[in-house]
Amino acid sequence: MDLKLFDLGLIDYPQALSRQREIFQAVYAGQLDSALITCRHYPVITMGRQIKAGNLLASKEDLQRGGVVLYQAERGGDITYHGPGQLMVYPIFRLDYFKRDIHLFLRKLEEFVIRLLGDFGVMAQTRPGLTGAWWNEQKIASIGIAIKKWITFHGLAINIKSDDLKNFSLIRPCGMDIRMTSLESALGRALEIGEVKEALKRRLEDDQSSLTGIRRGD
Amino acid sequence: MTRVVLPELGAGIEKATLSYWYFQDGDKVTEKDDLVELTTDKATFNLPSPCSGRLIEISFREGDSVNIGDSLAVIDEEQ
Repeated sequence: MDLKLFDLGLIDYPQALSRQREIFQAVYAGQLDSALITCRHYPVITMGRQIKAGNLLASKEDLQRGGVVLYQAERGGDITYHGPGQLMVYPIFRLDYFKRDIHLFLRKLEEFVIRLLGDFGVMAQTRPGLTGAWWNEQKIASIGIAIKKWITFHGLAINIKSDDLKNFSLIRPCGMDIRMTSLESALGRALEIGEVKEALKRRLEDDQSSLTGIRRGD
Repeated sequence: MTRVVLPELGAGIEKATLSYWYFQDGDKVTEKDDLVELTTDKATFNLPSPCSGRLIEISFREGDSVNIGDSLAVIDEEQ
C-alpha cells in the first residue's frame, strides 16, 4: 500500500468533508492508492440518520453560546461532537487490503490508535462489544467509519486537549452514557496537537504494515 | 435478473440496519452506483449496484434489519 498523507489543519467540518470526497475520488479513480487525512474541526455536532430524540441535550441557545455548529451528516449512526482539541484521522483505504472485512479494519484502526497512545506512555484498551480506545474506563478515541465502493472514509477522533471535553456534555455521545477523557488528562500535563501529529507520522513510517499490510486473499 | 444480496461484511457481522435507499422501485441504476446504505454499530456501508438496469422488487425498507445473504432487491438488466 502506497499511503499519501494530507494535513488539512484547522478546518470547518463541511469543508473537510468536501476535501475528503475529492481525495476519495482520487483513490477510487486509481490516481492514489490510499490516503490518510489529519485535521482538526471547529466545534461541530454531527447527527447521523439514526439520531434518537433526546441525544442532543443542548438548546439552540446553548450551541450558539458555545460557538458550536449543528451539521446533519449523510451517514448512518447517531450523534457526535468534534472540536479543535481532537485530532481527526480519516483513512481513505481500499477495504480489499483488509479482506473486505469491516471488523478487521476497525480492529486495525483500534490497534493503531492504542499503539499511538502507547508512544506517549498511555496504555489505552479496547472494550468488548464497543469500538474505540478507552483509558481508565473512559473513552479517549472514537471510531466511526463509512464505506463506499469498498473504500473507507470518515475514521478516528482522538481526544487530545482536556478543555474541549466540556462540549461533550451537549450530547449523549453515540447515544450512550459514556465518559470521555483526553490524552492530556491521561498524561496529567499539557500537550500540543502537533506533538501527536508528529508521533502519528513516525508510527506510520515505522509501522505502516501493521495498519495496512493485509491484502485481499492473503 | 440479478439479485442484490447483502454480502459478507466481516467476521461477526450478521446483520445491518437498512438506513437509506438512493433509488426507488422502478428507477434506472448504473453498475457501481451507490444503491443502498446500511448501518452496523460503528460503520456505514454503501452497497454498490452489481450491474446496470432497472431496480425492482425492493424487499426491505429503511429502518428494517437485514441479515447477511438476504436479497434486498432485483435488477432487471433488460430494461
